[in-house]
Amino acid sequence: MMARFSDFRLKGLVFLAIVVFALPMFISNPFHYGLATQTALVAAAVVGLNLLVGFAGQISLGHAGFFGLGAYFSAIMTSNYGWSAIPALVLGAVFVAIIAWIVGRPILRLKGHYLSMATLAVGFIIAIILNNEREITGGPDGMPVPSFDVFGWELSVFGQYSLFGMDISGDLAWYLFAGVVLLVAVWLAQNLIDSPIGRALRSVHGSEVAASVVGVNTAKYKSLVFVISAVYASVMGALYGHFQGFITPSVASFDFSILLITMVVLGGMGSTIGVIIGAVVLELLPQLLADFQEMEMVLFGLILMLTMIFMPKGLLPTAANLLAKRRAKSAGGDA
Amino acid sequence: MFSEFLQYLFTGITIGATYALIALGFTLIYNASHVINFAQGEFLMIGGMATVSLTAMGVPMLLAIVLAVVLAGVLGIALQRLAIAPAKNADVVTLIIITIGASIFIRGLAQLVWGKEYHVMPNFSSDEPIEIFGAVLNTQSLWVLGVGAVLVAVLVYFFTRTLTGKAILATSMNKDAARLVGIRTQVVLMLAFMVSALLGSIAGIVVAPITFTSYDIGIILGLKGFVAAAIGGLGSGLGAVVGGLALGVVEAMAAGYLSSDYKDAVAFSMILLVLFFMPRGLFGAKVVERV
Repeated sequence: MMARFSDFRLKGLVFLAIVVFALPMFISNPFHYGLATQTALVAAAVVGLNLLVGFAGQISLGHAGFFGLGAYFSAIMTSNYGWSAIPALVLGAVFVAIIAWIVGRPILRLKGHYLSMATLAVGFIIAIILNNEREITGGPDGMPVPSFDVFGWELSVFGQYSLFGMDISGDLAWYLFAGVVLLVAVWLAQNLIDSPIGRALRSVHGSEVAASVVGVNTAKYKSLVFVISAVYASVMGALYGHFQGFITPSVASFDFSILLITMVVLGGMGSTIGVIIGAVVLELLPQLLADFQEMEMVLFGLILMLTMIFMPKGLLPTAANLLAKRRAKSAGGDA
Repeated sequence: MFSEFLQYLFTGITIGATYALIALGFTLIYNASHVINFAQGEFLMIGGMATVSLTAMGVPMLLAIVLAVVLAGVLGIALQRLAIAPAKNADVVTLIIITIGASIFIRGLAQLVWGKEYHVMPNFSSDEPIEIFGAVLNTQSLWVLGVGAVLVAVLVYFFTRTLTGKAILATSMNKDAARLVGIRTQVVLMLAFMVSALLGSIAGIVVAPITFTSYDIGIILGLKGFVAAAIGGLGSGLGAVVGGLALGVVEAMAAGYLSSDYKDAVAFSMILLVLFFMPRGLFGAKVVERV
């Protein structure tokens, strides 16, 4: 049983890798690469959020706050203090981890709607600070972010690179980098889920009281997964800033927090591949709806509502269920 | 010095009364269905925007207000019937996303019909402000406070003296038991959403001359109402009123004495502080979890 379980996980990762590396065969223009890169980075943040929401059963309506903090920490360190990207990203993640740990302890004692309220408040406070500390963050106008660099080697969408003897454009290079980041994010998340920590988290989701009765330190595990998911968001925020070259406080906004949690719920809470599908759908949907101009908002709201009403478990679990049912039916027909 | 304080207090109580009405709307729906309705702010927007556009078309003010409130009520019923009822077994988060989808949808419709501009609504009565101890009080503030007080009184009467009100209370306490004694809980849920929408739209109309109105005004007002409801303790009517007024006053004081840029941050810090020490708000029910 357990072997089949991890086998299934591995299949998901392999499937994802194939999709990520096959995609460049079907797209070529810089705009599409940009969209794909952005989607991969946001999807990786959503994979982290899913650990908190899908596995530990907690709610966060303020996760963009951590995404924004990571993005701004890297932006400020590299742009104003001339730091290299990697140390800025790592220190930013440590900074966000400490903040998440400090606010997480008292917040995670709350349940249900009170937890939604508290996480929403934390996200809002971070966004307000980023908006108002104009001398450091540039305020609502945002600030530029230098290219991502590793030991003097720079990754820029305007660059030209060669990989295994092939010439590749900067757009493609960024996309491949973001794709690898996503795969690593998924691999780490899956390892965490299969570890004793992951089992403890799922027990918290199942029944917090039962978990604490059998000796799981629920407060500790909830804080831990809160910190981990915040670090995911922080790292992806930092990379997102380097990729865009410019950030505004909208990366920490309530709207973005809602978008992140919607990706989790729409794709299918608790399914790593599912939430990535959720991220892809919600990143692409506005692009598809842009043709409808004024109707964009109405259609977006309508699609969101209808999907959640008719597929409350999310896209992937619902599809998997349908498939399983059909298979069972045809098997029954054979007998 | 004192006049300054009084000025902030007037501002705070006025906006606080609005928050209280929104929070009461949250409370009603929460009690009846345990749903936090993120589309609550859209009822305010509909109230204000429909009144403005109807008067612009030549409809007399009073009739425009009645029509706007009726429109919001119908919307409330539609929201419950079409979006909430079909998803009755969904997770808390899923329900949140559904109401957020609904709010985006309503906002999108409003933007289609009324455009993206800000609209101004005239004061209900004189534009001449009243001076009290050196502080000025807008006459519209009196309207907000008066209407708010009347609505609260009507709600108290409704829930304590009428059979329908008691049916809603009974449903919120125990849905199955309520159904057993013959209360049609589906109708009750519909009623709760309708009353909540009526409350919201009236609040939106009386406050519109002060705040202006536009298609996207519902987001932040709705969130503030949620904050007020959580400060007071979800499900408590008294808590909603106290939470709303407290939030309004604290916000106005923070804007006046500290920094207007950070007034919202003060509001959100306040809710965190309250929840750290009172995880169920000021007047929230002390629920013992049954395992």
